[in-house]
Amino acid sequence: MIPASFDYERASSLDEALSLLAAGGEDARPLAGGHSLLPLMRLRLARPSLLVDIGGLDELRGVHDDGDSVTIGALTTHHEVAGAAALTGGSGLIAKVAGGIGDPQVRHRGTLGGSVAHADPASDLPAALLALDAEVTLAGPGGTRSVAAADFFIGPFMSAADDGEIVTGVRVPKQEGWGSAYQKFQRRAQDWAIVGVAAVVNWTDSGIAGAAIGLTNMGGTPLRARAVEAALTGTSEKAQILEAVSKVSELETPPADENASSEYRLHLAQVLIARAVAEAAGCPGMQR
Amino acid sequence: MATAEKYVGGGVPRKEDPKLITGQGQFLEGLTLPGMLHAALVRSPHGSARINSVDVSAAAAAEGVVAAYSGADLADEWAAGLPMAWPVTDDIRIPDHWPVAQDVARYVGDAVAVVVATSRNAALDAAELVEVDYDVLEAVVDVEAAVADGAPRVHESFDDNKSYTWALTNGEVDEAFAKADVVVKERYTQPRLIPNAMEPRAVVAQPVPSTGDFTVWSTTQIPHVAKVLFALTLGIPESQIRVIAPSDVGGGFGSKLNVYAEEALCIALARRLGKPVKWVAGRSEGYLATIHGRDQVQEIEIAATSDGDILGYRVHILAAMGAYLQLVAPGVPLLGAFLYCGCYGGEAYHFECTGVFTNTTPTDAYRGAGRPEATYAIERAIDSLAREVGVDPAEIRRRNFLPAGDMVQSPGGLAFDSADYEPALDRALELLDYDGFRGDQAERREGGGSRQIGVGFSSYVEICGLAPSQVLASLKYAAGGWDAATVRMLPTGKAEVVTGSSPHGQGHVTSWSQIAADALGIPYEDVTVLHGDTHVAPHGMNTYGSRSLAVAGVAVHNACDRVVDKARGLAAHLLEVAPEDLEYEAGTFSVKGVPDRTKSMPELAFAAWTAHSLPEDSEPGLEASCVYDPPNFTFPFGTHVAVVEVDTETGAVDLVRYIAVDDCGPVINPVIVDGQVHGGVAQGIAAALYEEATYAEDGTLETSSMVNYLVPSAAEFPSFETDRTVTPSTSNPMGVKGIGEAGTIGSAPAVINAIVDALSHLGVTDVPMPASPERVWRAIQAANGGEA
Ligand SMILES: Cc1cc2nc3c(=O)[nH]c(=O)nc-3n(C[C@H](O)[C@H](O)[C@H](O)COP(=O)(O)OP(=O)(O)OC[C@H]3O[C@@H](n4cnc5c(N)ncnc54)[C@H](O)[C@@H]3O)c2cc1C
Repeated sequence: MIPASFDYERASSLDEALSLLAAGGEDARPLAGGHSLLPLMRLRLARPSLLVDIGGLDELRGVHDDGDSVTIGALTTHHEVAGAAALTGGSGLIAKVAGGIGDPQVRHRGTLGGSVAHADPASDLPAALLALDAEVTLAGPGGTRSVAAADFFIGPFMSAADDGEIVTGVRVPKQEGWGSAYQKFQRRAQDWAIVGVAAVVNWTDSGIAGAAIGLTNMGGTPLRARAVEAALTGTSEKAQILEAVSKVSELETPPADENASSEYRLHLAQVLIARAVAEAAGCPGMQR
Repeated sequence: MATAEKYVGGGVPRKEDPKLITGQGQFLEGLTLPGMLHAALVRSPHGSARINSVDVSAAAAAEGVVAAYSGADLADEWAAGLPMAWPVTDDIRIPDHWPVAQDVARYVGDAVAVVVATSRNAALDAAELVEVDYDVLEAVVDVEAAVADGAPRVHESFDDNKSYTWALTNGEVDEAFAKADVVVKERYTQPRLIPNAMEPRAVVAQPVPSTGDFTVWSTTQIPHVAKVLFALTLGIPESQIRVIAPSDVGGGFGSKLNVYAEEALCIALARRLGKPVKWVAGRSEGYLATIHGRDQVQEIEIAATSDGDILGYRVHILAAMGAYLQLVAPGVPLLGAFLYCGCYGGEAYHFECTGVFTNTTPTDAYRGAGRPEATYAIERAIDSLAREVGVDPAEIRRRNFLPAGDMVQSPGGLAFDSADYEPALDRALELLDYDGFRGDQAERREGGGSRQIGVGFSSYVEICGLAPSQVLASLKYAAGGWDAATVRMLPTGKAEVVTGSSPHGQGHVTSWSQIAADALGIPYEDVTVLHGDTHVAPHGMNTYGSRSLAVAGVAVHNACDRVVDKARGLAAHLLEVAPEDLEYEAGTFSVKGVPDRTKSMPELAFAAWTAHSLPEDSEPGLEASCVYDPPNFTFPFGTHVAVVEVDTETGAVDLVRYIAVDDCGPVINPVIVDGQVHGGVAQGIAAALYEEATYAEDGTLETSSMVNYLVPSAAEFPSFETDRTVTPSTSNPMGVKGIGEAGTIGSAPAVINAIVDALSHLGVTDVPMPASPERVWRAIQAANGGEA
């Protein structure tokens, strides 16, 4: 299909992008990698009047090591994130997740900021950001601000970013010493997750000292499985983990679609959390 | 033929590929003509709805718009409705099928109006402005629901939703079942599939208003057949229509074996507006407006002895036709009707099929057409029989194979040429290392882990190269089984092959070049193959049903022989000897015993062109034609093996190995044959594991794009292992059989049988297609006594 007609401007600075968006009104949209927006426009499900191409804003690109945390610019591609050396410890989760998005073409065009701003509950990165307690940074006509990932995703394709605001990046705590894993369950290699489980685990001699679990496609937003996290803490054996993962049923009923019923999603989440935790703990005895 | 074969059998690279790989393919979307207009269709969003009114005024007034019409506005354009060429029974119900619906829209996607504009964008934008007032009616999308009492009727003029019932009985069926020790009865669903040619459909119709001539470019598999049918639908003399299937058509798989509303419509609009009119489908639009395949419910019963020797078969199927009857849709189940006994024996056979209207996109022939369905049913059911009588699945096949031989009578009623089924099974088992596999499987089962492995077999036989024409008449198929070729030597010693086949990815240019180069003794590069243009190739029955090599390819071969015959007369004349005194080898005639007195084919081509000295009664030029109508179908066969690993916790299936041993007779080009097998197998596995078009109850196509219609990619497949046995067909002088559909026909049951085998120790006996992880998981739960 061919999109409905629209205007196009390419911004050469963040300020210019913000003022173009402000001038364009509520139907103006930033364009980053285009890998979510353009397919929607081609189906005429999205009809922006103006696209402000932010692809040239090098200031929003790159991964910076800030010591305890890592800052990732919004325009950093999934491919670049997947290879970022600064993402160590628990934050390595972000690299693992980015490396499993779509296919190489998607990973070379799609951006972290686009994934975050799009707020698709089936996208992989949001669950990882949630599990890591990351912060999303925003710039708007009124200046800059940062929002915790837990407050950023507010509904399907809805975020705390206001019209005219641009996501400038995310800040991710490194969580040194923690292990991570992303269990993505999909039908075809390049598909979105039917269920995804992003886990970071602090595994010590006495077992799991801490765990955070982010879930992809288990609700209208990425979710934290907090009851499971609590039940996991202090466990060290497979049987205990299996017991803990059943707590995922305390979440709201997950969605049903052509790939999975709610019941099956819930079942999958339990299997995948157990696998992700075992993998993140790096303890082979706990794996299947 | 006396020539040494140089090219046939060798893996010369495809002539078609360099331009495709380097982006120089010429596809129809790239065709632009002066003054060309663009059509966009307005399609019904309802599964069933009465059209009260269509208001095109806002669209007509939009920028760039030249005209906008409702179905009623166009009613006088049609001399007849869209054609249906396979009325399988005398009392078949054939509904009117107008290119643009006039009173009732019967599926989501049924065209209700068209907008013509100076650009595609303008046409698409304006199409959104057409206002249609509908009374939405109750729709029925499921075949079984459609035949239930009180089902909403797709066509009010018919009493119910049945189009036809066709039956076939051989032998004493009740007797066979009465004396059986064992009867297995299975019910299978064939999901509805959406053909996904790489290139969506497109058409351009160009009028010459002063003469009344039309040139129609279409992404069609059947330019010659379409020309005849365009003439009938539009009331244009056939002599004034030229149809061109561009030299590059990006795949079809049957989806371009049709005469579509948009083709007729572009011609009608070109006639009305006096300008060329183009239409190009979007991918999702194609999902609505291009035929679908399969969508059947099957019941199969096998009667057997306690040793597993099959006595008889009983088959009942419901086949969805969709909302209208497309070109050969009613006949699709008939292509499988003779094959529900597979390559097995037995004394009695009954098949019965009812074609059913539903409020869905019409179905028609999709790669394999009828034969994948039949093969699935028998290859799944024979595994059930194996379980029932406690015989190994490979062994039960061997036990029931028809004897090797030629013209072997099958219980289905056909005589199979070139039957020899055991060697392919043996070879497949050898490649698999069957004993080793069963050992690994036992170990896994003992280990009790969540990754269990299974193996599945499928020994298929299929029918292709539908012929001869008289037999097609007995099946009420309204076209012939022949095809045509002309082979001409050009003055410079090159050759031109004109074929009636219409390749759209199969590699006919390469294969026909190989055949002609060997026969004429000239380099393969020196052969040009012309196709797809009815002004260039006047005769053809075109490309579908794995027929091209076995019919059109043989016509090329025969035409070459005739050229060589004529050349022999000329050589004899020039060398002043009798024709019998000449030997022919690799393009050169030499006088027996005087090997240095020769004439080469290029020399003779030049001499025939100058015509300075010709034999008496001979005409200038070195050219011959052949129209070949084979005496019988060909029956390729083989055994396919799938090995899967199933994650019993999630239900995910990983295809670990896929082995295909096929027999298509002598191979012209092994690279092309492997390519056909790989693609075909991928499509069959896709049906087994991924693809299923689904409709909501109101008729909305839920799987409306590749996001949720799961076409797999290379990442989902292991590297396929292919091998062949070679049993020449006796139906044609080259011994060749089709290979275009075999992969699709053989593969789906092998995969599902493998999944069932992997889970059989848990009590699983069936998993429906496509075996999505959830379905597999549910099958495991159900076998465990849980809820299904
Ligand atoms: C075939 C395919 C497969 C895919 N598979 C996956 C997958 O498996 N997992 C997955 O998570 N994703 C997948 N994606 C989506 C992919 O990750 C996208 O790249 C990503 O979702 C959006 O990033 P983008 O840069 O392309 O954003 P765009 O498409 O350019 O924009 C998306 C939306 O975000 C807005 N936007 C973009 N950048 C900003 C910004 N900096 N500030 C504010 N708003 C902004 C745009 O206005 C638009 O509304 C897939 C995409 C395709 C085409």
